[in-house]
Amino acid sequence: MKLTTLLAGTALALGLAGAALAQDKTKAGFIYVGPIGDGGWSYEHNEARLAVEEHFGDKVETVYQESVPEGADAERAMTQMALGGADIIFTTSFGYMDPTINVAAKFPDVKFEHATGYKRSDNVSTYSARFYEGRAVQGHIAGKMTKTNKVGYIGSFPIPEVIRGINSAYIHAKKVNPDVEFSVIWVYTWFDPAKEADAAKALIEQGADVVLQHTDSTAPQAAAQEAGNVITFGQASDMAEYAPMPRVSSIIDNWAPYYIQQVGKVMDGTWESVDTWDGISTGMVKIGEITDAVPADVKEEALAMVEAIGAGEYHPFTGPLNKQDGSAWLAEGEVADDGTLAGMNFYVEGITGEIPQ
Amino acid sequence: MIRLEKRPTPSRAWTYATPLLAVALTMLAGGLMFAALGKNPFLAIKTIFYDPILGEFAFYYRGQLLVKAGPLILIAVGLAMGFKAGIWNIGAEGQYIVGAIFGAAVGLAFYPAEHWYIFPLMVIAGAIGGLLWAMIPALLKVKFNTNEILVSLLLVYVAEQFLAAMALGALRNPDATGFPGSRNLQQYEAASNPEIWAGTGIHMGVVAALIAVIFAYILLSRHLMGFHIQLAGQSPKAARFGGVNPTALVVFCMGLSGALAGLAGMFEVTGPAGQIAISFNSGYGFTAIIVAFLGRLHPIGILLAGLLMALTYIGGEAAQATLQIPAAAIQAFQGMLLFFLLGVDVLSNYRIRLVREGVA
Repeated sequence: MKLTTLLAGTALALGLAGAALAQDKTKAGFIYVGPIGDGGWSYEHNEARLAVEEHFGDKVETVYQESVPEGADAERAMTQMALGGADIIFTTSFGYMDPTINVAAKFPDVKFEHATGYKRSDNVSTYSARFYEGRAVQGHIAGKMTKTNKVGYIGSFPIPEVIRGINSAYIHAKKVNPDVEFSVIWVYTWFDPAKEADAAKALIEQGADVVLQHTDSTAPQAAAQEAGNVITFGQASDMAEYAPMPRVSSIIDNWAPYYIQQVGKVMDGTWESVDTWDGISTGMVKIGEITDAVPADVKEEALAMVEAIGAGEYHPFTGPLNKQDGSAWLAEGEVADDGTLAGMNFYVEGITGEIPQ
Repeated sequence: MIRLEKRPTPSRAWTYATPLLAVALTMLAGGLMFAALGKNPFLAIKTIFYDPILGEFAFYYRGQLLVKAGPLILIAVGLAMGFKAGIWNIGAEGQYIVGAIFGAAVGLAFYPAEHWYIFPLMVIAGAIGGLLWAMIPALLKVKFNTNEILVSLLLVYVAEQFLAAMALGALRNPDATGFPGSRNLQQYEAASNPEIWAGTGIHMGVVAALIAVIFAYILLSRHLMGFHIQLAGQSPKAARFGGVNPTALVVFCMGLSGALAGLAGMFEVTGPAGQIAISFNSGYGFTAIIVAFLGRLHPIGILLAGLLMALTYIGGEAAQATLQIPAAAIQAFQGMLLFFLLGVDVLSNYRIRLVREGVA
């Protein structure tokens, strides 16, 4: 009799202690498409995870899983985290969209944050950054600096986010250099150093002396360095180890403030499903240091553009702009609306080649 | 000195013992690696091998084991037939992709109609897709004597391009403006392949894998074709004298493995994956080659090997998520398994003799 009471008491105490412990800490999970050492996209998401830990200290516990394939496996990784007691899960690649929605439906008490997608539900938010603002700056520098007038572009998947980047870079390169030509290679992967390097080499062999990338590794930087006289831009992360040449600047994704804000909202119970799309103005997109390989006047113009975009005085998609087929898109002075940008599936006038479809 | 002496026939005992020995050695070497990474090796091994079956969340993981093992077993059973006969289909990944595309295309063609016959038609289309893709290397081999290893392997990359083209073009979801990928078949009842019993992970593909194991077992042990397959593998000359038609054998083995891989792809795209997407395939076709050999090309062995392989995946993911072991370490761990399996194979074909120096 006494023994059972004792056992029951202990079990209860243990149970309560466990529950108390679980309540104390908010658990945040992160699913990455590449390894955290990719030096680009996943690396920056992981830096933001560390920033969350730093900010909340003992009040938060984080877990992550790297190199999770987009598709059926992603669903398992998310379920695993939700079962493991995660309160909020950040799924950081476009291809996790349907799996996130599926898993979120099974765990209504867990909050989900999906990066770069367009499907939301009561417990799924979406967030993305206006990378195209940074692409405008890149395009300007690229247009000014190319000597062969050929700019190579490594595309990952032909989704609106990537197409926006190509258009934005092209518009601003063309503005300062009417002879500029873009060639795009689609590699159909976010992270594959071998494929990315091959694409960079092919573009360089075709005469490109600027290589822009929308993939996550530093392999294109290495390929450009080997070729010499080719400039690149850090993608998603600063990639400063390739400065001052070939990397002359970069777009840095700064997720930390957003992640800290959302985890904080889970803690105080104010989290709700939202769609966030921030850019240079809030600091979600940052422009990495422009090196001395860029002429001083070009650097000055580029910085002025960063300033103007950040202050909301300049929108990278400002008319007059036509679509690739010559049809009118934006009239003089007209600015693109977010809806069109979010679903952008056309090139602007002047870009040769077709979007795969 | 240690000397290896060739056995006249492979040792039966070692044939069964070596896979277990390989697993044991993998645990040992893997444990050392985890320790070197600063993780508790016992906890890591327990997380990988024990937790998915009997741990806290086993109710979820057990189903996932079947989800993961199903396509591996289905593909490996087909491949094993060819491997036994010395016909090397390395391109199951491509046949898996084409099967998925054919199956999904038939289903999407009916969208949004709901008829009972849609899913059966998709199953047939999936098998045909895989079969046709496998016929390319098969016919090139019998007509022009090309190497089926190279042709089938390279066709995987063609199939991947085909997949991307379908996800971006013909099969793209017309309602998803600008985004690639087909409609999600999980949300189209007539064309979906959900779990038969909720929470068990058992979908039609898992059932098909079990049926394939049984049929392969009967084929190999009771049927003349099975005898021909074994004979061709052990002694091609004897097989020819014995009346085995090598052309028919190549076509049969490639066709069967292609059709099963196609089925696996079809069940995956309608079930766990849900849609044709550019990154739909995740290497089942290649992993199945390992599974086939891990299972000694024997249907029952493949069943067990498929489950073991699935366990290393599921457990490996769990170890990543809970112990924060890097993904690369988990891949290395899986690599060790194959390495040790091939390494200890020497024991079934050779006898180890300790020879004193100078005596010989």
